[in-house]
Amino acid sequence: MYKYILKRLLSMIFIVIGVAFVVFTIMEITPGDPAIMMLGDNASAEDISAFNEKFGLGKPFVVRFGNYILKLFTKFDFGTSWLTSRPVLSTLLDRIPITLNIAVSSIAFASLIGVSLGVLSAVKQYSPLDYVARVTAMIMAAIPVFWLGMMLAILFSLKLHLLPASGIGSWKHYILPMLTLGIPYSARILRSTRSYMLEAIRQDYIRTAKAKGIPEKRIIWRHAFANACLPVINTIGVYVGSLLGGAVVTETVFGCNGLGSFIINSVKRKDIPAVTGGTVFLAIIFSLILLLVDLLHASIDPRIKARYSKGGKK
Amino acid sequence: MKKEKKRMSNFQDVLYRFSKNKVSLIGVAILVVLLLVIIFAEQISPYQYGIKNNVSERLQGPSAKHWFGTDGYGRDIFTRVIHGAKFTMIIALPATLFAQAFGAILGALAAFYTKYVDGILMRILDVFQAIPGTLLALAVVAALGTSLPNLVIAMMISRIPGAARSARAIMLLLVGKDDIEAARAYGSNDWQLITRHVMPNALGPIIVDLTINLSAITLQVSSLSYIGLGVQPPTPEWGVLLSEAREYMQIAPHTILFPGIAIMLTALAFNLIGDGLRDALDPRLRD
Repeated sequence: MYKYILKRLLSMIFIVIGVAFVVFTIMEITPGDPAIMMLGDNASAEDISAFNEKFGLGKPFVVRFGNYILKLFTKFDFGTSWLTSRPVLSTLLDRIPITLNIAVSSIAFASLIGVSLGVLSAVKQYSPLDYVARVTAMIMAAIPVFWLGMMLAILFSLKLHLLPASGIGSWKHYILPMLTLGIPYSARILRSTRSYMLEAIRQDYIRTAKAKGIPEKRIIWRHAFANACLPVINTIGVYVGSLLGGAVVTETVFGCNGLGSFIINSVKRKDIPAVTGGTVFLAIIFSLILLLVDLLHASIDPRIKARYSKGGKK
Repeated sequence: MKKEKKRMSNFQDVLYRFSKNKVSLIGVAILVVLLLVIIFAEQISPYQYGIKNNVSERLQGPSAKHWFGTDGYGRDIFTRVIHGAKFTMIIALPATLFAQAFGAILGALAAFYTKYVDGILMRILDVFQAIPGTLLALAVVAALGTSLPNLVIAMMISRIPGAARSARAIMLLLVGKDDIEAARAYGSNDWQLITRHVMPNALGPIIVDLTINLSAITLQVSSLSYIGLGVQPPTPEWGVLLSEAREYMQIAPHTILFPGIAIMLTALAFNLIGDGLRDALDPRLRD
């Protein structure tokens, strides 16, 4: 098992280097001289060369990329912002709690609602409850996150005056972002939970369990759900990636100064080290979450655990 | 000839089952309306194009004169929503088609050459999938700028990894099947195997994937515009409409309501069609 975790962590290093390479390459395409973009058209030749010296520009791509990776792994240096000359990492660490609070609370909300309603919908297939749940989920999965955010803000803060519409302060500020991101994803999780549950219920062992006279509740949870929850956890893990992307947009709606709004602002101001650092940082978090999902898998399913311990591939 | 005929009847079979699914027909209906709106935008919209400001009529609620009301510049929102349809589709449609085509090619290569190509491709996809799609699109837009072709490229790049991964999964199932083995034994080369045997069979599931992706890209296009890194104002793309309406959220909520419903209906239509096609293609649901 430890061997497996070690292997995964090693492959994460590869992924981090890969992500940095991809983002570095994309940013390389940006037209224009960075020094002129930052200092303006009227910048003097000395200022420009000083800027290039300070940020190690002007060297070939391979050298700059090599330096970046080296600093990243030896000093956890995510680069220095062109705009503020502040290390990108310190800004990221300032802002990540807000993004994580939003992301984690909405994943928890979405999983709780999505899985429980999904199971219920599958068990009571073709009942009115099933229809209502499916239609609602269908519509909710098609709602743009930022629009839902604005509608919720209009309803709960502008009309009912129950919750704050923007900024970050008390826990109350997190409720609307959590719902905004949580509702569309709970709809998606509901839909996949339902279909995996239906597949599990059709299996022979369920019929056997029924024939043996095991109580319905036990069959649903111990037999059907225990098998359906593996692909469900997998699906949730995959959604985390797009949910992190959604958090970026949600932060804009509610004016929270999280990681997402930092990246967006950096993109707008062409602060390339900040964009690169932020993206690599998010990719690391996402990879860690995927690793957690796989470990959770192994702890639930003895078959997978056995495969990991043998050192076999997933 | 015989094989051709069978494929045809199979196709009709799928169409028949799809047409019996009332829910997915709602999706088709929405899509038809959307297409008509795009084609006849000039004829339907009551006001010219909707980018001319008219400050004396700003922020009016829905009325007989302005069905969806007017926005902060006094422009007719109904007109702008109608013209917005084509801007969303002009990005979403080519981006999805190209992403799916590239994805299918990469998926076929991976599924066929499992020895080296598959391993390398999967590692590269792992890297791309560690970057959330919205963020990847943002990075490309940051580098290239926000013109329409650049937005298409950004959306396409953000979707290729996912498309390739699902195409590979679909084709891996097919490659192991007996008819492919038989064709190989008969002397078909790899190119013939891919184009004549694997691709036609993979087409159904890939189209399902395409419709679902269309819905996701529709949402992504509008959210990029909303945060100011997609289509730029005053172009009446739906995300732009919402971005501009944001400052009037408190005094004129109607400016937010209608463009959002337009985005939602479009995404919903693609989802409904995708679901219907998936059910129609699933042999287990055949009676």
